[in-house]
Amino acid sequence: MGGGDTAGRLVRPFALTGGRTRPNCADFTLIATVTAVDPPPANAARPQPEHTRILRLCAEPVAVAELAARLDLPVSVVAILLCDLLEAGRITVRPPRPVSRTTPDLDLLQKVRDGLGRL
Amino acid sequence: MAGSDLATDAPSAPDTVKILIAGGFGVGKTTMVGSVSEIVPLRTEEPLTMAGLGVDDLDGIEEKRATTVALDFGRITISRDLVLYLFGTPGQQRFWFMWNDLALGALGAVVLVDVRRPESSFAAIDFFERRGIPFVVGVNGFHGEHPYPAEDIREALALPEHVQVLLCDARERESSRDVLIALIDQLIASAVQA
Repeated sequence: MGGGDTAGRLVRPFALTGGRTRPNCADFTLIATVTAVDPPPANAARPQPEHTRILRLCAEPVAVAELAARLDLPVSVVAILLCDLLEAGRITVRPPRPVSRTTPDLDLLQKVRDGLGRL
Repeated sequence: MAGSDLATDAPSAPDTVKILIAGGFGVGKTTMVGSVSEIVPLRTEEPLTMAGLGVDDLDGIEEKRATTVALDFGRITISRDLVLYLFGTPGQQRFWFMWNDLALGALGAVVLVDVRRPESSFAAIDFFERRGIPFVVGVNGFHGEHPYPAEDIREALALPEHVQVLLCDARERESSRDVLIALIDQLIASAVQA
């Protein structure tokens, strides 16, 4: 998976984003969860092929990092494409659970502990 | 934000949290991710040029074609509404500019140590200590063998008392799980103390 010939791969991601290297929005960090809006908004424009691939992959909620891996695209590129889809109202995004060092969430930690215990 | 008002009928997205698996190059990070993950570890690759690196920073990279940095990760579904991601951090020191992003919002970290060359994990330990990110140390035995007791390794690494040191075998699911549980227990203990 991935790796291999990097020389040919660098061009393509930039091309997919129309030359943009930075997203318009900051929502799409590694474990933010993305879900396609179904049905799509009535006035939705016809999406680009890469956007269509993303919409298909996030019919069920999926993390940004997983999307990137399944698309074989860098997270930075996927984040830009996701911003497009968010602006078009085609997806929703759920940010990761916030983690505070000063006021740790004991309930959350206990849930993770119990889940790991069941492995 | 755009689209949020349309989300009422969408399948509800789970909460997500992450734990980092760090340590020197080739210490078994991806092996550990793979042994507990419910999916075969996935990989994303980031072109260095897109991550904000100056051209000068590319000097000294061993091979000119080494222009991407890879991130391996796995997933554990804790419950219907909570998913834990495990990220193996890039082992090479010069790719640490990625770590700040990675470490942001992490519950904590496991630093894997290879007893044959513990120094390769010193930098990872420094990284988490300096940023105040909680971590445990997993001593990954070569072929599962542990020639030194955990306390010797704690001493060699000059670790503070509250950081747990566990002898483990990253290839074994139960062993890797127990290291993760030790991290969560450490987090719970310090939360209760606070």
